[in-house]
Amino acid sequence: MQNDPAILYSSYVLAHAPDFVRYGSKPTRDLAAEPELLEQMAGSLRSWDEVLAYPPNQTFIGNLTPDDLAAIERPWYENLVSDAESEGPFGRMITQAALYGLMKLCDDFDLLMISEALAEQARSELTGFEHRRDQITGATTDELTRFIDDNDGFELYHEGVVAGFIRSVHEQDASLEAHVLFENLACKATAVLAVSELLENSPINPEDVDYLFNTGEEAVGDRYQRGGGSLSKAVGEVVGCVNATGSDIKAFCAAPVHALLTAAAVVAAGLHKYVVVLGGGSQAKMGMKFRAHLRNGVPILEDCLASMAFIVGPDNGDAMRLRLDLAGKHPIGAGSSPQAIYQALVVDPLEQAGLEMTDVDRYAVELHNPEITEHGDGGDVPKTNYRTLAAMAVLRGEIERDEMDAFAAKHGMPGFSPTQGHIPAGVPYLAHAHAAMRRGELQRAMIVAKGSLFLGRMTQLVDGVSFVVEPSAGLTKSTEK
Amino acid sequence: MDLDDQANVNRLAEESSSEEMVVILGQPDSNSAGLFAETVTRGDPTWAGPLAGVPLGLPVYHILEPEIRQSMDADVYQEHVGLMELSADVDEIIKWVKFYREGGGDTL
Repeated sequence: MQNDPAILYSSYVLAHAPDFVRYGSKPTRDLAAEPELLEQMAGSLRSWDEVLAYPPNQTFIGNLTPDDLAAIERPWYENLVSDAESEGPFGRMITQAALYGLMKLCDDFDLLMISEALAEQARSELTGFEHRRDQITGATTDELTRFIDDNDGFELYHEGVVAGFIRSVHEQDASLEAHVLFENLACKATAVLAVSELLENSPINPEDVDYLFNTGEEAVGDRYQRGGGSLSKAVGEVVGCVNATGSDIKAFCAAPVHALLTAAAVVAAGLHKYVVVLGGGSQAKMGMKFRAHLRNGVPILEDCLASMAFIVGPDNGDAMRLRLDLAGKHPIGAGSSPQAIYQALVVDPLEQAGLEMTDVDRYAVELHNPEITEHGDGGDVPKTNYRTLAAMAVLRGEIERDEMDAFAAKHGMPGFSPTQGHIPAGVPYLAHAHAAMRRGELQRAMIVAKGSLFLGRMTQLVDGVSFVVEPSAGLTKSTEK
Repeated sequence: MDLDDQANVNRLAEESSSEEMVVILGQPDSNSAGLFAETVTRGDPTWAGPLAGVPLGLPVYHILEPEIRQSMDADVYQEHVGLMELSADVDEIIKWVKFYREGGGDTL
């Protein structure tokens, strides 16, 4: 078919933001109740070098494969990668100063003010964005003091000291309160970097993009339509997608998979040629498990904002075909037991195509880094999911019970994604899958995402969607870039 | 444990005696099952929710324990719990839930 949809390119970005951790949802609440925790928190934050060399982060940007990561002994925060690079085949990691620079150049309403020194550091550490670099301006101490005195909002820190301020827009609008705007601006800025990386590393120009789907979880809007707004065009504007429009797909953690499926359908229908699916970082989730990390003597590992972007378009012969005929969904009437969920998401679509579970080389489930979640009450999320998939294969008679561990090892992978809501939802594996297909090592992968609809207190339901990717016909055992 | 769930358990415990109430957990791993069991016996160990410092001492079981399995319809159990029974580390989960049920403290 002429418009066979495929994922053409992927990008992943991490922004180290140790001074943003205090403004995560959990740290904000806990520090208000126990201000003395701040000192303990400051002593448990990681340096840039530690974050850069952290094996899961190197896996996220593609310098290590998931199999490489599985071979590194845990704790990973003690077994750092030597000669770690901030750039990888899938994207890059940036410093906190560079992140502040990005937020400044994304700030179209003068919400954020930073010091002259921080602005100078930001300009030196953030590369690219020539057309907007003049927005990375700094304020004198007097100007900053006046801004703080004249506005509601809160002070921002860099290297432990006050270096900026973000203001609320309206004192009677909780949706435009400084904390909300800070989260939205952080999400926009990191998404901008991911889309910029995506387009720079592909032959597709920004003006070739027809449509953008944002999948971030931030609720953009004012008091009359909290969360009803969109970040997609806001991001596209900064990266020069002048011919695109866009909208946001909201589905909790499962949104990227919903959006990739929708993008593929849009391409297949011929409505648009190139569709970008993007997701910015989740500031609210910074330091979410910090109490458990402090309690267990573990560094605070939720210290990075993560973002990602994908281009979906007609199969160009060097891509991953997204099999719309193998899409899975968890229908409202399916029930929420693990059996019901995996039957709907994994088994039903495979059975329709006459495939067995073992016909899928790799499953990418929620890929939360277990080192982050195990110290709280989250357990090892990917491991639990792979054990459940293996049990499903046992119940179906595809494997024996004593083959479950081998199934999980062969068809699964360790989690390597920051716990940033929608980011871990199977999709961090897509670029790895593409690379493995180019090496001729992978013929079929299934991406499985689940969403906790009940968190919004409007239903007790869970959600889930899945899809299968396969190599383009033109992909052979050729070179890996 | 979710703050709403802690509040609900606390409210139900206040409304009934512990002889009339059993908490049944469904966590898929021993760490979270242990944390939940600790929360409804000794109190919320994370000191974040309504059960912080509230040692309810409720009888707590995991759905994978034989006492619960035997009291359920076999077909229903298989439909809803069969997969977890296969995939979870049942012995380890039961060890920790039982530990807190029987009055265990900070160390095993």
